[in-house]
Amino acid sequence: MAEIVIDNLRKDYGDFTAVEASSFKVCDGEFFMLLGPSGCGKTTTMRMIAGLEMPTSGKIYIDGEDVSGKPAADRDIAFVFQMFALYPHLNVRNNIIYPLKSEGMPRAQINKKLAEVSKILGIEDILKRPVGGLSGGDRQRVALGRAIVRDPKAFLMDEPLGALDVEFRERMAEELRALHDRMNATTIYVTHDQLEAMQMGDKIVVMNHGVIEQFGAPQIIYDKPATMFVANFIGSPSMNFLRFAGKVSPNDTSVLLGEHTVDVPRQLAAHEGGLVLGIRPEHIILSDDGAYRAEVLASEYLGTNQIITLNTAHGQIKARIRADKTVTTGANVGLKFNSAQITLFEEQSEKAILSELNEGVLEDG
Amino acid sequence: MSNFSVTTPSKRQKWVAGILVTLYALITLMPLVWIIMTGFKSSADSIAYPPKVIFSPSLEGYVNLFTSQTRLTSEQVATTPPPATWYDKLVRSHQMVIVGPSRFGQRFLNSVIIGFGSTFLSVSLGTLAAYAFSRFKVPIKEDLLFFILSTRMMPPIAAAIPIFLMFRELGLSDTKLGMILLYTGVNLSLAVWLLKGFIDEIPFEYEEAALIDGYTRFQAFYKVVLPQAATGIASTAIFCLIFAWNEYAFAVLLTSGNAQTAPPFIPTIIGFGGLDWPAVAAGTTIFLLPIMIFTILLRKHLLRGITFGAVRK
Repeated sequence: MAEIVIDNLRKDYGDFTAVEASSFKVCDGEFFMLLGPSGCGKTTTMRMIAGLEMPTSGKIYIDGEDVSGKPAADRDIAFVFQMFALYPHLNVRNNIIYPLKSEGMPRAQINKKLAEVSKILGIEDILKRPVGGLSGGDRQRVALGRAIVRDPKAFLMDEPLGALDVEFRERMAEELRALHDRMNATTIYVTHDQLEAMQMGDKIVVMNHGVIEQFGAPQIIYDKPATMFVANFIGSPSMNFLRFAGKVSPNDTSVLLGEHTVDVPRQLAAHEGGLVLGIRPEHIILSDDGAYRAEVLASEYLGTNQIITLNTAHGQIKARIRADKTVTTGANVGLKFNSAQITLFEEQSEKAILSELNEGVLEDG
Repeated sequence: MSNFSVTTPSKRQKWVAGILVTLYALITLMPLVWIIMTGFKSSADSIAYPPKVIFSPSLEGYVNLFTSQTRLTSEQVATTPPPATWYDKLVRSHQMVIVGPSRFGQRFLNSVIIGFGSTFLSVSLGTLAAYAFSRFKVPIKEDLLFFILSTRMMPPIAAAIPIFLMFRELGLSDTKLGMILLYTGVNLSLAVWLLKGFIDEIPFEYEEAALIDGYTRFQAFYKVVLPQAATGIASTAIFCLIFAWNEYAFAVLLTSGNAQTAPPFIPTIIGFGGLDWPAVAAGTTIFLLPIMIFTILLRKHLLRGITFGAVRK
């Protein structure tokens, strides 16, 4: 297994920059998520790691060795494609052992490996079947089998659950994660689904327009977003943004939102002008003695909790509150904010302003 | 069930369709049946008027096709030993004796070599070119493809005179190599275009998977792309073979002895006292067989080849 280091990786297609000078590190045995909307460069980044695309500039190190110029075949990594790319003219067995054949492994050893892998994946009874008639889940397993059969240094997966039915996804996601924990293999996983990323990843890189927005553990990305894009992309419903004009200075512990004073984590930088107060829906509390007033526009009942849409002086926001609290549409309610969980952003650059909350996090991105 | 259905034909519609198809088949098969029948007629029956539909079959035509014979004088008849085999007897009944094999076998062999040789070349070169056009960034790709297609925009025979002169200068006249190259040249554009369509349909991911699995680019091509392009290759091969096998005009123009194929040879089979129609018919029947067998064997591919691109999956 391996550690993968990406150093200033860049990819241009003519005038179009797909990936802009990205750097990050994937530790040995980590389940690493590349997350972003479509067209953000996450797949291109992964294809460069695999050796299917050559970077315009920058370096890729696998276990300390510079592989940037090496062909895919010499990098010893396995790739699981979104559409699985199982060879349609071969049966399940031959699909799985195909990489071993290229190494010229002796027959007895191939059979031993095949038995091992098919047992792990529970596909022993379909080995002789053609891949054409398999269900989505079985195809997925065969694709995984082909990947794990040769003990590669790392697994790269390009939205491997994207082609599956929703009900099946959850189960495969669990299987994937369990498989990873069992083999302890370095895995890089591309997805546009933030839930999938949060659920499975040890670490997440969030990309947008070819740029890495933030890089860190799921909790950090969720609680301490480095940019408004990350705050908006992660979480459902996403973070509320209250835009206002004002100023912050180092050591401030509150800001003036309109005529209301709102407590915030101790600030460590200064900014004046357009500001954005970001707060997650679950950190808004409906409270009758709250000074900040809002009108209830709608409520969605979700079982364990409910999402309340509110109209405030600073635009519409959503709050997540307990399901048993009765809220009537049209009512005027008071709001309180969980001050420890507020992030302030510069409106212009959309970047988070350094505070006690996100200290030490922002440098990573 | 409603009486009205777009997809399921009624009983009457089925009958009408059946009758029409049978009629059409009868009309198109008629010449073929006549040729096969004529092959089994005697010389006299073959030119009888009104034409004979019921006749006593004879293998005269086939014997004449494969042998070369000479007429015996009455003294020679007395001195030659009695005929040993059935075909000897058949020939002797016309006061003839077999002096050796005819040239038909050799012409037929020429057809096989030239037909299959040019098909093999067209399909292999066509596959490589189509793969390159389908997968790589080829400069002025569109123009090149159009240029390749444009070679089919006039009938090939329109270029007969330049080709004739070229072949004479290059010493390719009346050689098998010359004919193979010529038919390959004519077929290649069709092969490139057909195969490009088939290869375009094979997702590139399969090759990428093979690259990751430790294969080289070329290994990925022949281990992953070729097996999946088999249908396309088979149907392209049939089209190329049919053209090369049946080609008549260039064969007449450019071959005479050494490299002559069966099509120009068959009509020139002359017996004693005019054209030997049963032998001509027998030659035609035998000539038809290989392509018929080849086509029937690959008919599924052929059908898909013809309707290819009509329906998107």
